[in-house]
Amino acid sequence: MELLNTLVLLANFVFVPAIAYGSQLALGALGVTLIYGILRFSNFAHGDTMAFGTMVTVLVTWLLQSLGVSLGPLPTALLALPFGIAVTAALVLWTDRVVYKFYRKQKAKPVILVIVSMGVMFVMNGLVRFIIGPDDQRFADGERFIIGARDFKKMTGLDEGLAIKTSQGLTVVTAVLVVAALFWFLNHTRTGKSMRAYSDNEDLALLSGINPERVVAVTWILVAALATVAGVLYGLDKSFKPFTYFQLLLPIFASAIVGGLGSPLGAIAGGFVIAFSEVTITYAWKKAAGYILPESLAPDGLLQLLAVDYKFAVSFVILVVVLLFKPTGLFKGKSV
Amino acid sequence: MVGGYGRGPDILQGVTIEVDRGEIAVIVGPNGAGKSTAMKAVFGMLNVHSGSVMFDGEDIRTLTPQARVAKGMGFVPQTHNIFTSMSVEENLEMGAFLRKDDFADTMEQVYDLFPILKEKRNQHAGELSGGQRQQVAVGRALMTQPKLLMLDEPTAGVSPIVMDELFDRIIEVARTGISILMVEQNARQALEIADKGYVLVQGANAHTGTGKELLADPQVRKSFLGG
Repeated sequence: MELLNTLVLLANFVFVPAIAYGSQLALGALGVTLIYGILRFSNFAHGDTMAFGTMVTVLVTWLLQSLGVSLGPLPTALLALPFGIAVTAALVLWTDRVVYKFYRKQKAKPVILVIVSMGVMFVMNGLVRFIIGPDDQRFADGERFIIGARDFKKMTGLDEGLAIKTSQGLTVVTAVLVVAALFWFLNHTRTGKSMRAYSDNEDLALLSGINPERVVAVTWILVAALATVAGVLYGLDKSFKPFTYFQLLLPIFASAIVGGLGSPLGAIAGGFVIAFSEVTITYAWKKAAGYILPESLAPDGLLQLLAVDYKFAVSFVILVVVLLFKPTGLFKGKSV
Repeated sequence: MVGGYGRGPDILQGVTIEVDRGEIAVIVGPNGAGKSTAMKAVFGMLNVHSGSVMFDGEDIRTLTPQARVAKGMGFVPQTHNIFTSMSVEENLEMGAFLRKDDFADTMEQVYDLFPILKEKRNQHAGELSGGQRQQVAVGRALMTQPKLLMLDEPTAGVSPIVMDELFDRIIEVARTGISILMVEQNARQALEIADKGYVLVQGANAHTGTGKELLADPQVRKSFLGG
C-alpha cells in the first residue's frame, strides 16, 4: 500500500507533468534541430515563433468561442490550430524571403545567421506584444481533467490521488502523432528524403538536382507547424504569456543539443531528458520519502534540490556538461 | 579552355580535352597540374574565361553544373561523394532526383554492375568500406543515365585490389556506351585502360595520345611513370 501510494504520488507530481513537458520540449527542439540541419544555424527566434503561432491560435480560438463553436470536451484551440500554423508559416516564409535569403546568397557564416535570427527574435517579440499584449492569456476550455484526483482516490481507495489534465493527455497524443507524421515524411517521401540529403551533403544534393530554395521553404513550413503545435500545447497546459515562450528557448536548445543538433531522434530524447531532470530536481521529495522510509528516518526538510524559480539552471548545467564532454550529443548530431 | 576560380588568376592556361562516345579518357599529371581543375571546368564549377565547352554538339559554357547534369553529364567528386546518413538505395534515389519517369530499371542495372550494393541496399552508406563507398558514388551518378561520366580520382584511398576491381567496373560502364572522363593519381594503371590520355603540366596540355602511346613514350615514362 505504501509502495503504491508512493508510485501514485510520483506519477502525479513527476511522471505525468514531465512527460507532458518533455513532449512540448521535444516538439520545440525538433523545430530547432530541423533549422540547424538544413539551414545550418541556431534559430534564436524559435521561442518567439512559438509565441506568434500560439497568439494567432489564441485569437482564432476567442473568435470561435464568441461564435459559439466548441469541440465538447476537447479545447476549441484544436480547431484554431490549423489557422495558427498557416499564418505562422506565412510569416516565417516571408521572413526567410526578406531576411535570411539575403544572407544565404552571401553564404554568410552560421554565427552571422545566429545574430540575424536574434534580430528576427526581437521583431517577433515586439510584434506579439503589440498585438496581444505582454500579459497572461487563458484560452483553454472544454473538460479540464481526464481523471481527477478525487475520482482516482474513490476508484482505487488509495490515499494519494492521480490527476491527468486533458491538456496533458492531449499533449502526449498530439506529440506522438506529429512526430510519427514527421518521421514518415522525412523517411518515405521524395521531398523528405531530399531534405535529409541536403542536410547530409549540400554540394552533392545540388549536383543531384535538388532545389535548395524548395528544401528551405518546406523546412520553414514544417518548423512553423512544429513551433505552433508545441506553443499551443504548452499554452493549454499552463497559460500563454509571451515572456515565458522567450524563456523556453533555453530548455529547447538544451534538448536539441543534448540529443545532438540536427538529429530529429535526438531532439525527442533530449526533450525528455531535460524535462525529467528539471521536474525531478525541483520536486520536493519529502512526502515520497515519508512513505518508503521508516518513521525514524523521516526527513525534516523538503528534500528539494533546487527551488522551482531556479529551474532554468538545470537546463544550463546539463547544457554545459554535454558541451564539455559530448558536444555531438546523445545521437551523434553535428558538434556546435 | 582558359580559366580559374572566381576572380582569381587563371589556373588553366589552355587545356584541350576530348572524349568520344563510349571512350575512356584519363587526365594524369603531377600534383598541382590542374587535373581536377580541368575536369571541374568541363563541369562548370569554375569560370572558363576563353575557349568553349562542347557537349553533344552544343556549347554549354554558360550552363550551371545542375543544368549540365540535366543535359546528361554525371560527376563523381573526389571526396564527400555520397550521402553518409542515408541508405545505399536512398543514395541511388537521390541520384535520380531529376528524373520524373520510373527509374527502377536503372537501379537494377546499377545493382547488376555493383552486386555488393544490392546486398547492402538498406545499410547506411557511411558504414561501407572505401571501395564500396566509391561504388555507391559511381552508382549515384549513373542514376541519371548520363552520356558522360566524370570521375575525380575514383581510386583515391582504396587498396590496390579494390582499385583493380573499380577499374574493371569503369571499363564495363564504358562498354554500355557511356563516355568516361577520369582524373587519376595511379597514372600507369589508368593509362592502361584509357582510349585517350592527357598529361597536364602547369595547367596546360603537355602530352596527348592513346593510353598505350603515352605508356610507350619515353619522355612521359621518365617524367611521370618513374622510368
